Amino acid sequence: MTHAVEMHDIVVRFPGVLANDHVNFTLQKGEIHALLGENGAGKSTLMNVLAGLYKQTGGILRVHGKPVSFNSPKDAIAAGIGMVHQHFMLVPTQTVTENILLGLDDPKFFLNLSKYDQKILELQEQFGLRVPPTAKIWQLSVGEQQRVEILKTLYRGANILIMDEPTAVLAPQEIDDLMNTLRAMTEQGKSVIFISHKLHEVTQIADRVTVLRKGKVTAEGIDAAGLTPAKLAQLMVGREVVFSVKKSRREPGDVVLKVENVSAHNKKGVPALRGISLSVRSGEILGIAGVAGNGQSELAEVITGLRPCTGKITVNGVDIANRPPIIAINNGVAHIPEDRGKVGSAPNMSITENTIMKNYRHAPVGNGWSIDFLKARNFARKLKKKYDILAPNVRVPARKLSGGNLQKVILAREISAEPKMMVAVQPTRGLDVGAIESIQTLLLEQREAGAAILLISEELEELFTLSDRIAVIYEGEIMGVVSTEETDIQEIGLMMTGSRREPQPSANAQ
Amino acid sequence: MPFRLTFTKRIEDVPRWYPFVISLGAIVISFVISGILLKLVGGEPLVVGKYFYTAAFGNWAVFSDTLVKATPLILVGLACTVAFKMKLWNIGAEGQFYAGAFAASLVVLIPIVPPDAPRFVTITLMAVMGMIGGAIYGFIPGYLRAKFEINEIITTLMLNYVAIFWNNFWIFNKWSDAGFQMTPTFPKSAWLPRLTDYARPYKTFMETGNPAITGFLKNIGLERISGMTLHLGVVFGLVMVVVVWWILERSRWGYEIKLIGDNPHAAHYAGLNIVRNIVLVMIVSGALAGLAGMSEITGVVHRLQERISPGYGFTGIIIAWLAKLNPFAVIPVAILFGGLILAGREIQPSGLAMLLQGFILFMIISSDVLLRYKLEFTRTRTSGETV
Ligand SMILES: Nc1ncnc2c1ncn2[C@@H]1O[C@H](COP(=O)(O)OP(=O)(O)OP(=O)(O)O)[C@@H](O)[C@H]1O
Ligand SMILES: [Mg+2]
Repeated sequence: MTHAVEMHDIVVRFPGVLANDHVNFTLQKGEIHALLGENGAGKSTLMNVLAGLYKQTGGILRVHGKPVSFNSPKDAIAAGIGMVHQHFMLVPTQTVTENILLGLDDPKFFLNLSKYDQKILELQEQFGLRVPPTAKIWQLSVGEQQRVEILKTLYRGANILIMDEPTAVLAPQEIDDLMNTLRAMTEQGKSVIFISHKLHEVTQIADRVTVLRKGKVTAEGIDAAGLTPAKLAQLMVGREVVFSVKKSRREPGDVVLKVENVSAHNKKGVPALRGISLSVRSGEILGIAGVAGNGQSELAEVITGLRPCTGKITVNGVDIANRPPIIAINNGVAHIPEDRGKVGSAPNMSITENTIMKNYRHAPVGNGWSIDFLKARNFARKLKKKYDILAPNVRVPARKLSGGNLQKVILAREISAEPKMMVAVQPTRGLDVGAIESIQTLLLEQREAGAAILLISEELEELFTLSDRIAVIYEGEIMGVVSTEETDIQEIGLMMTGSRREPQPSANAQ
Repeated sequence: MPFRLTFTKRIEDVPRWYPFVISLGAIVISFVISGILLKLVGGEPLVVGKYFYTAAFGNWAVFSDTLVKATPLILVGLACTVAFKMKLWNIGAEGQFYAGAFAASLVVLIPIVPPDAPRFVTITLMAVMGMIGGAIYGFIPGYLRAKFEINEIITTLMLNYVAIFWNNFWIFNKWSDAGFQMTPTFPKSAWLPRLTDYARPYKTFMETGNPAITGFLKNIGLERISGMTLHLGVVFGLVMVVVVWWILERSRWGYEIKLIGDNPHAAHYAGLNIVRNIVLVMIVSGALAGLAGMSEITGVVHRLQERISPGYGFTGIIIAWLAKLNPFAVIPVAILFGGLILAGREIQPSGLAMLLQGFILFMIISSDVLLRYKLEFTRTRTSGETV
């Protein structure tokens, strides 16, 4: 029987890194194949080879039994392989249809597009990928944009779809939709490769699993039936992982962050926050739950000075609303941003230069008008070790790091600042199970040390593990604030869809 | 065809020396193409090439002239380097050069200091004024860009012409020397010291006839500098190379400039004031170009006149690019272009040097592809099998 894809003895070498070390990988026709591994294990690299973005140093590639050699993504597309990257490559000002047709020979000019709208709608119907063809990309949610990316590959005739961490950016409902789409695709004879760090998803959807560790295969195409998340974690890390981040009891201290009646617009100019009030105390983690796009991003941005607002925001009594980001930074506010590539890092600058982004103004890194690069490098080396950042050295530019390792650079920078107030948006997004555990532990250490932490996450599990209290946000309003011990997933879920909870004295304590 | 040329995107970094080799290659290829062109129109490329070389680098005297041409180029090259590091496309160094020359001239034209003031005072004041003039001229597009997001490429380009007309207006209407489009010659106190000035005392010493003195002076070869026009401006240039290098590679501000250049969103998030930094960078860039203008009128022209620059400001763009925004690399590149300008003046067809410059710019921009892509010749099988 011929496989959809056969990768044999693939070697990819980067300076100082053997990213793929004689990797074998086979994809059967009509299956969903999960590719797992720690951060920096070489998953994205392997898939980039298959998608024609990277060229392997050694090894052979067969697609439907035929040997192939790709020199560009075009070649891969011609062989029926499409890849959806984690950061989308869409033109925000153009419509869905225009984006899908972009770069194709037919049509040559964007005229009479309604004809194509029809074709695209048919594709949507076939795979359950609903998104209005005439909408502009910037008007779409992340989940919808992902659907456009999938449609793009399908329109180009892909029968092998690669998805690099597709669920990391999705809300739970969107994840379900995606799973249905993937199943519809395999039922119609297409094959799917799917990278994820969320192990329970993998056990739910995958037919087979391949695991990479440090560039080598540790499990090749094993049957997913009967695998548990714990077993998968062990295959990935090479030891047993105990999922047991325990937070201690701690009496919170004084109020650090106080948000009073804050309203703001989002980037489309539509109201996103409508009179939000909340407070976080020293030594306390306040979780913000909510379906993506209900104002969470804007809330983080107004607190960190990245977005104008009305109302009052104070940190330890200092008003920081509507003031430049430096004011928040100087008042001890750290920020783990949602978008690590666009906001949190400078792609062409080294790990060192990325880690000193917040502390280069002061000793020991800053030295009067100059920067002590020796001290800066030592600082970066220390963080690299402590946060287990995988890179040959600290001179490596950020763009060369794997997704999870870039996230670790940002976490290292923000947590090591020992902030008084931390705004953490999806802090463990893109991290492997082991790293999630250590980052959660580090966040709890900050809480222990007296930091006030505002944790915005779409992972309810994470919110329940870390938070002392959980506030639910819906359409820019707080539906209620509850103590983690006195609530459960059902109640939070209900509030996330807009049912308001009457304030209780214990939960709303200042 | 049995061979096929393929471009593969580079996944590994090129070595540090690679960009400079590419730049060198681009220059060589430009020379070759110009040579071929010359041959086609009936010229003798090798003869011309040799002439070019001797005219610019043949002996110490002409090399001194080459350095004189290189001096403003170093400064404008640095001006562009600073701005380009932040991805601010200042193509107004030409205008800032004129603005600097104009402002420096005010010191002796108004006059701010009397003609018999000590040279040190006049020169220092002129240098400061020149930098201020250029800085103001950089500030305008910088402010427009930072505050109102008006594209700096267009404003700096337009302002080049404004500066030239402005200069012409004043030298014609106010300070014209007997109706010519130039001001009277500046007093000697406004001349930058030149090497040849130091040859004069040497002559007097030689006339003493004392063998001990003449022998010593001969030994250190002082007589060679007689007639050399190399002036103090070159020292300005070299000092500024070090200053700019320090700013970009060692200072906090340099780090900020690079951060804004690489990702303005991240810079904003890190607490940088982007508006202020854009304005500041344009001010510094303008000041460097203004200093070039000051150095040129006090070191070479000794008056304000029309056409004090044969397009130095534009050449600065090419120089910064060729030097890969490395301040030290600006020096050799500026010397090369200085030589080109010098030799090009005396050669027929007269546009040759300009043509060569154009080729080099074109080559350098297209050769950047080689930094991102690997070129490979692959054998294609003739059996018709797809590869
Ligand atoms: N262009 C590159 N240049 C140099 N090294 C690279 C490059 N791309 C990836 N690497 C290195 O190769 C290794 C594997 O990276 P890869 O992106 O494949 O990891 P990954 O398994 O996808 O990890 P993650 O789960 O964090 O996304 C990492 O050590 C990374 O730093
Ligand atoms: Mg990856």
